[in-house]
Amino acid sequence: MSTTVPTPVFVPRPKAEQGGGQTPEADAPIKIGVRRLNFFYGRAQALHDISIDVPERVVMAFIGPSGCGKSTFLRTLNRMNDTIPGTRAEGDVLLDGEDIYAPGTDVVSLRRRVGMVFQKSNPFPKSIFDNVAYGLRINRLTENKPELNERVEQALKDAALWSEVKDRLKTSALGLSGGQQQRLCIARALAVRPEVVLMDEPASALDPIATQKIEELIVELKRQYTIVIVTHNMQQAARVSDTTAFFWLGKLVEVNATEKIFTNPNEKLTEDYITGRFG
Amino acid sequence: MMNALMTTLTAACALFAVTMLLLILGYIAFRGFGSLNLSFLVETPKPVGEGGGIGNAITGSLMLLGLASLIGLPLGVSTGVFLAEFGEGRFASLVRFVTDTLTGVPSIVVGVFVYTVVVVPMGNFSALAGSIALAIIMTPIVARTTEEMIRLVPTSLREGALALGAPQWRVTTGVVLPAAAPGIATGAMLAVARVSGETAPLLFTALNYRFFSHDLFQPIASLTVQIYNYAISPYEEWHALAWAATLVLMTLILVINIAVRFFLTRKRF
Repeated sequence: MSTTVPTPVFVPRPKAEQGGGQTPEADAPIKIGVRRLNFFYGRAQALHDISIDVPERVVMAFIGPSGCGKSTFLRTLNRMNDTIPGTRAEGDVLLDGEDIYAPGTDVVSLRRRVGMVFQKSNPFPKSIFDNVAYGLRINRLTENKPELNERVEQALKDAALWSEVKDRLKTSALGLSGGQQQRLCIARALAVRPEVVLMDEPASALDPIATQKIEELIVELKRQYTIVIVTHNMQQAARVSDTTAFFWLGKLVEVNATEKIFTNPNEKLTEDYITGRFG
Repeated sequence: MMNALMTTLTAACALFAVTMLLLILGYIAFRGFGSLNLSFLVETPKPVGEGGGIGNAITGSLMLLGLASLIGLPLGVSTGVFLAEFGEGRFASLVRFVTDTLTGVPSIVVGVFVYTVVVVPMGNFSALAGSIALAIIMTPIVARTTEEMIRLVPTSLREGALALGAPQWRVTTGVVLPAAAPGIATGAMLAVARVSGETAPLLFTALNYRFFSHDLFQPIASLTVQIYNYAISPYEEWHALAWAATLVLMTLILVINIAVRFFLTRKRF
């Protein structure tokens, strides 16, 4: 643990001290626990001493101005940052109590458990069916063809895309509209039945109608999955999430029930950001 | 004003380039078409005054190109994949430097090299030696185009696959390579087209052969060497045959090109 890190200006308080507005799911089991996480791109420190708990089966939103580290933080939760040379994480990220940064962690199986949907939809240049089946096939999750078909269908239904594509499963995924492509990427992530779904501004490139569909989907998915969503859109955070975390300059300023964050935040800085005084 | 000037200027240059190309193609067609007939395409060369054909040179060229592709394409594509996906550190820089240098080596040098390390130890000129020489010319071209094409595959695609729990090698083989395939195929086609016009390396390796042959360990005829032989002869009749053979070679390259493109656009998603 690095001790050279300057003391953060805004130390996120442990939950017990955050008077009043506890999260509604405060007693839900903790799915992801982050302890004193520091993250570096080369020498530049992007995340400072982050500690946060994500309870099971809630939607947690990360908000904050551009460059505040919320996407970087999201990507530490499935070790996606490992693909960027020169990055380094210190501290613990616990998934069901096990440190995913411990030596010997199987990153491949970690990423199967913690799925991800990206800001820009990124369907593979394959058919719609093959896109959804990709994760099932490489992880050998199905025994036979009928089971594969069924899992693909279920994933597409979960992503509210089935009725629109069921007659054209063999056609190219690149022929879908932007909103459909993003829902296809969600279906692809859901097909392997992850425990956690990370979403990095999943609706930022979509029109309001497609955005609404994605948002309804997120609320629906909460029954089965733990969802962490990064968003620039504060209305979106207010609409879909149970808990909201506010990041500023690589620090976690406040994490609280979404309702409390947007009506009566504990921190002055959170209030200033929410009310549009900066950011 | 400047816009119009720029447009006119670039259009004029493009027109000039295309015109030159069409003039060359047209002239070859004009000179070559007269001597073209079925017997020319299927017969073997004959002494002056008796006609003769390039049948053995066509099959020889196809065999040389096929074998060279069989050696050169997998080698080049693998090298390109290595450079693009794992291409950091000293070894990769060395490989990159060597491939770049190799691209610039005159083909006759490759011919002499293969003559020294293959033809001399084996004791005779052979189709195998010719294919090796062509493969050596192809490999760096294919490697660098493959690298470029793979680098063009968006990071988001790789991340999408990684996020689904795909190990690196499956990302490369299942997502990156298919996405880059059309570009890689174009690079491979360029390499094939480039070596199908090579004469110098074949003079030192495959030499030439008067009859049909499919023996890898014997000399073999090729269109380019046949054209060369016809063209440097003092006979007007053979000059005409050289033009016709050139037309055939050009058509052959065109057909290979179109076939591959057709195949790729049909399968592409």
